[in-house]
Amino acid sequence: MESLKFDLENTELRTVNQYLHRPAAELSGKSVVISNPNGAHNIAVGLNAEVNVTIDGHAGYYAAGMNQLATVTVTGSASTGVAENMMSGVVHVKGFASNAAGATAQGGLLIIDGDAGLRCGISLKGADIVVGGSVGSFSAFMAQAGNLVVLGDAGEALGDSLYEARLFVRGNVKSLGADCEEKEMDQESRNILVDLLAKSGHSEVDPDSFKLFGSARTLYNFHVDNAGAY
Amino acid sequence: MCGIVGLLVKNQSMRANIGQLMMPMLIGMTERGPDSAGMAVFTSPVDANALKYSLYAPTADFSWKALEQAFNSEHSDQVTLAVKGNHAILTSAVDSTKVKNWIKQAYPQIHILSVGQSIDVYKDTGLPADVAARYDLPALSGTHLVGHTRMATESAITPAHAHPFTAGTDWCLVHNGSLSNPNSLRRKLQHEGINFETDNDTEAACRFLEWRMREGDDLKTALEHGFDELDGFYTLLMGTKDQLALVRDPFACKPAVVAEHDDYVAIASEFRSLAHLPDVKNAHVFEPSPKEMYVWKV
Repeated sequence: MESLKFDLENTELRTVNQYLHRPAAELSGKSVVISNPNGAHNIAVGLNAEVNVTIDGHAGYYAAGMNQLATVTVTGSASTGVAENMMSGVVHVKGFASNAAGATAQGGLLIIDGDAGLRCGISLKGADIVVGGSVGSFSAFMAQAGNLVVLGDAGEALGDSLYEARLFVRGNVKSLGADCEEKEMDQESRNILVDLLAKSGHSEVDPDSFKLFGSARTLYNFHVDNAGAY
Repeated sequence: MCGIVGLLVKNQSMRANIGQLMMPMLIGMTERGPDSAGMAVFTSPVDANALKYSLYAPTADFSWKALEQAFNSEHSDQVTLAVKGNHAILTSAVDSTKVKNWIKQAYPQIHILSVGQSIDVYKDTGLPADVAARYDLPALSGTHLVGHTRMATESAITPAHAHPFTAGTDWCLVHNGSLSNPNSLRRKLQHEGINFETDNDTEAACRFLEWRMREGDDLKTALEHGFDELDGFYTLLMGTKDQLALVRDPFACKPAVVAEHDDYVAIASEFRSLAHLPDVKNAHVFEPSPKEMYVWKV
């Protein structure tokens, strides 16, 4: 596999991102290592090819945002908005992630080995997120579809105003948000959980140690009585 | 926006170079705060009966020599000012109220940036790199420091509105965020006889916390009162003679990252400002939790 190295200590980030925006056919199967990210913003955003990118260190805001097809690994931590609005592919943060990780992501898999900050998976629209540590308050706020798996604890107001996303939490939940409730773990949900644990390197973790949370569907737009208003 | 940096050097041999260690931290926060910059550095304390005053003159051609002579002929003390352009540090054992009143009357244009046994404050408008060069910040030595780069959102861009803000002695605060109730805080404190120098929201937080500590709170209790009284978004970094303290609002609206190393503790709004610290690869890097108090002692 062809491998390329960029050092952000002596290369403009724009040069790196422009390289990563070349036609998919040119990039497909390539492997790219970006060293000395040093917290720069917008590293490897908007990728649209089956390319392997390693960000070797700590990434700044919006790393791997809007990702499609690519596999992006951050060996350190990621700041606000990692993998926001991801469409497909895999983003793997080996350290911790700051606020709004995976916000509005529509597809693909976001793996965070450490903790995630507040609002993890806010407005999630179909992606899968697996957090090895804990998530902060307001996580999965208004999440519409997809799955959030938390091996540690969840902060306050988990799943506030939730639509149809599944939230799996192994540790304690400080509080549930409006219209979020614990659900019985059905077979379909359990299968999803087992699959996500395997994909994220946690296959040794017992799926029966998780609780499932979902929408109670009691907010305005879930009431059939309100259908006449439209 | 705004950027915050803090550095506490544990390794004694590195303290002489704290200014140089800090510089990439401050420059790293330029995009977050290009309007103004400031730095409070805590040095080894002056004699127990003396205090030092960081003074700011609005014009570069101000005659510090004349102020020095006037001070010495007015008071029993014989002082020598440490001058850097329009900034000077006056160290004197004369009663603090007398010194402040004398400056206010004899030199109303001079702004007292800080008072204390350990603290020196530099702050001004301009890009962080320019402010640092103007006051030779790379040459600073000391045990710990608190810095700020400002992108003004709620009050004017003037040297007085730049951070750090100080109150009392050996106490400073920098702020990233905005408060929604600075006016009610200010009115409350004015009833306690506390005077304000600007209409800046951060000054209200600074004077509130210093007032709580003067009323007998320790730093932790003062910050607990802060959580009750301060409404808005904030990451606050505070410096005392021998401590750095950090808090984030309960919603963690504003960022902060910490690197703890055997040789130092460094705090910044973003990792970009920590990236060039020596051996940071082996530091424990973490994001402080909202509504938690972090205190590091020298």
